[in-house]
Amino acid sequence: MKIRKPPESAVKAELQMTSMIDIVFLLLIFFITTFKIAAQEGDFNVKMPLSGAGGAPTDLTQLPIKLRMKADANGQLADISVNDTISFGQDWAKVRAYIVQLMGDSAGPSEEDGPEVEIDLDYNLRYVHVVEAITAVTGYRQGNDVVRLVDRIKFAPPRKP
Amino acid sequence: MRKRKEHDYRIPEPDLTPMIDMTFQLIAFFMVLMNFSQSEQNDRVTLPESELARPADAPVDFPITLHVPADGTVVIGGITSTLEGVRPLLNNEISLLQAKNKGASDANIIIRAHRDVPGGVVQDFIRKCQDLGFEKFTLRVKEDQRY
Repeated sequence: MKIRKPPESAVKAELQMTSMIDIVFLLLIFFITTFKIAAQEGDFNVKMPLSGAGGAPTDLTQLPIKLRMKADANGQLADISVNDTISFGQDWAKVRAYIVQLMGDSAGPSEEDGPEVEIDLDYNLRYVHVVEAITAVTGYRQGNDVVRLVDRIKFAPPRKP
Repeated sequence: MRKRKEHDYRIPEPDLTPMIDMTFQLIAFFMVLMNFSQSEQNDRVTLPESELARPADAPVDFPITLHVPADGTVVIGGITSTLEGVRPLLNNEISLLQAKNKGASDANIIIRAHRDVPGGVVQDFIRKCQDLGFEKFTLRVKEDQRY
């Protein structure tokens, strides 16, 4: 059998890749230069209507736990006290243990009737310590799980310098 | 007679397929991870860290983001203001909410405050928001990398 020989004039069809590669590299450079590695962010949800809207609590057992934080001249945390009686120095672990003790056997916080913490801070106390306080009273980690303690958090009126 | 070896005079063409594959993969990677929402970010704010911080399960309803840099100013929608000048900006946001038949109490104020800003300044901004009827606040923090 005679094998047909391809004609000499047949040209292999080739796509012009240069322009596409140019655009692709431009896109790549754009994305690399504008890429920003950002840490994962999380939220603490706080429901705080204007004070006085709900009226004073009638049941004294529902009075909030007062967490007082004092600052030094540089805005660093100087002292933590609970209900103006017990001082914890700067130890958030002890504060958390105290909150756990207060919570007792109650089955976790609820939006309506769980314990409430009122955070009272010196005006110049750095915000990072406020977040430490919220973290300490909100819960703690047990392995990969989060044990919730207090969900209701409010701020005392600001202490103007 | 010795036969002369024939030379291949065609231009050598490298195989571009793997390179193009890789490049497209890189582009897809960067596109997926890219965050275009500038309102959620501010270079002047370094958030404090918390071990309990977890990303929200669902998008926040009617969010209004307040960036509070270390100098104690506030940035709302790209406009920098002081405590005294924040009321008109928040009133603008309330007008936008009212156009959607919502009120201030439906909105979520997301506070992204710098870790070193005085806590009293953040309280002042919260108080201003409360005066205008905002009730729901979200304190945004950074996830602690140790956990």
